[in-house]
Amino acid sequence: MMANTNLYQSLSLIVPEIVLTVVLLVLVLTDLIFHKDKKLIPYVALAGILLTGYFILNQFGEKGFAFQPALYTYGMVAIDSFGVFFKMIVVVATIFIIFFSFGSEEIIKIKDRIGEYYALIFGMVLGMFFMISATDLILIYLSMELMSLSSYVLSGFTKLRERNSEAALKYLLYGAISSGLMLFGISLIYGLTGSTNLYVINSLIQNPHINLFTVAFASILIFAGIGYKISSAPFHFWTPDVYEGAPITITAFLSVASKAAGFALLIRFIRTTFISYADANGMWQMINVFDWKTLLIAISILTMTLGNFSALWQNNMKRMLAYSSIAHAGYLLLGLVVLSNQGLLAILIYFSVYLIMNLGAFLVVMLIANKIGSEDIHDYNGLGITSPFLGVSLAIFLVSLTGLPPTAGFIGKLYLFIALVDAKMIAVAVIALLNSVVSLYYYIRVLKHMFLTKPEKETQTITTSLPNTILVSVLVAAILVFGIYFAPLVDAATSCLVMLGL
Amino acid sequence: MLQVGLTHFLIVSAILFSLGIYGIVTRKNAVMVLMGIELVLNSANINFIAFSKYGNFGLSGQVIALFVIILAAAEAAIALAIVLNIYKTFSNVNVDEIDHLKE
Repeated sequence: MMANTNLYQSLSLIVPEIVLTVVLLVLVLTDLIFHKDKKLIPYVALAGILLTGYFILNQFGEKGFAFQPALYTYGMVAIDSFGVFFKMIVVVATIFIIFFSFGSEEIIKIKDRIGEYYALIFGMVLGMFFMISATDLILIYLSMELMSLSSYVLSGFTKLRERNSEAALKYLLYGAISSGLMLFGISLIYGLTGSTNLYVINSLIQNPHINLFTVAFASILIFAGIGYKISSAPFHFWTPDVYEGAPITITAFLSVASKAAGFALLIRFIRTTFISYADANGMWQMINVFDWKTLLIAISILTMTLGNFSALWQNNMKRMLAYSSIAHAGYLLLGLVVLSNQGLLAILIYFSVYLIMNLGAFLVVMLIANKIGSEDIHDYNGLGITSPFLGVSLAIFLVSLTGLPPTAGFIGKLYLFIALVDAKMIAVAVIALLNSVVSLYYYIRVLKHMFLTKPEKETQTITTSLPNTILVSVLVAAILVFGIYFAPLVDAATSCLVMLGL
Repeated sequence: MLQVGLTHFLIVSAILFSLGIYGIVTRKNAVMVLMGIELVLNSANINFIAFSKYGNFGLSGQVIALFVIILAAAEAAIALAIVLNIYKTFSNVNVDEIDHLKE
């Protein structure tokens, strides 16, 4: 039995999650009470997420387990700075998505159901928060499902075109299968160890009599569930279809926030379950039961190669960005392959940069699609000349996604490659570098269409409203500033390397 | 007299798991695919309950199974709603034919 004081302490540790739940309920109630005029709802959502962000920042530097059984040294939810960093990424992404939704034609058309839309987004965010800090396999499974169920509905939410429903169905089928596989893997781990807590599993799999085949089989099944969330090969088939079919605000959200939560979960899962200790140089020592390193190297190379080469002949911008986000998942996995604090630092930096540039690219694509009603690259011909502001902004985001200086994308790649070279994985670094070269082709191809190709018919001039102009400018400024003055980013990431270990 | 032990339960769950995967891979109707997924979830449930009974792990496995049952119900509700929506748009629920999103 849990003592009462312990319960109060646990609740005080999960204040951000509680605030989020309350905001979700308030959103549903506002939707019901003010059903005639729904203009208020986005502002309630915005205020709610800002409040949540405030409580998360308060948790910075805090360390502790919520829902810790009496006499035990571990619990179900780990509160640490690593979690704070990823939760802040989710919160910032949510703030931007709310701003995007103000300006998105697709979302404006469904304004009668805007209450459900924001309630479901908050459901996703709640799931992500628990994914980021869960240290118990069942809580991991439940939070992943909470996030997935909300996102299945959201990906088919607008129902304006055929492709919305198709995206929802594909997301649902792939998602349900991979989470089913994950649950089977969890049941095997439970059978081996009698516990679902990652810390208990960690101490029990160091037993020399453990059945290695079962551990390997269960690990691969669990990776299937997480790999689906971060859209790594070979579980990436849903990504292009869902990204193309879903409303663009949700696509942007999936590509940043849900990938962040998936990565946080994967890192914490491997770090707490399969690592015995971290030595003085910050290298993680793997327990000798399952060779995660080889598996992750193979998967990350496969993921980025598949993503980059499939993106080469995409004509739909959303689809192209989907393949590019698969490739970025491959780069990010390289940070985990190193299995060191340095690699983790590289992942944190890369993710904060990826957040800005990917959201920016999707925002510009959304603003253009609002006007011309298309995401086809051939409709972009001459846009850079007629609408120079959007053209130049998109160019900066795409150059940053390639990883060229002086943009922030370069800093992300730089730290990743430094980590790889320091770990003496030169061959992997070279493959990643060659992949970046391939990616240059399809990013620059967009620029060629915008600035150099003569349009067949007259191109519309796209003017953006003042709020959207400010939004784009903020993202562009962030990319350029962090590309030159990146010390604050690195400092923030360094102070967030604290993960509750053994 | 044959004693029913842990192995028997595990064999049943392995068969269910394989049947579920087989159904997911071969069936074309979206509803049948969802039933395959349901089999996979229930095979995991059998594992949890069998392990918790025969491994003397207390009641935790059975509580987990309860959670999974509730979650499977929620998932089925959302899945069927999406399939219904698909039927309204495409007039069929055949996963092979709902493939308009391509390059």
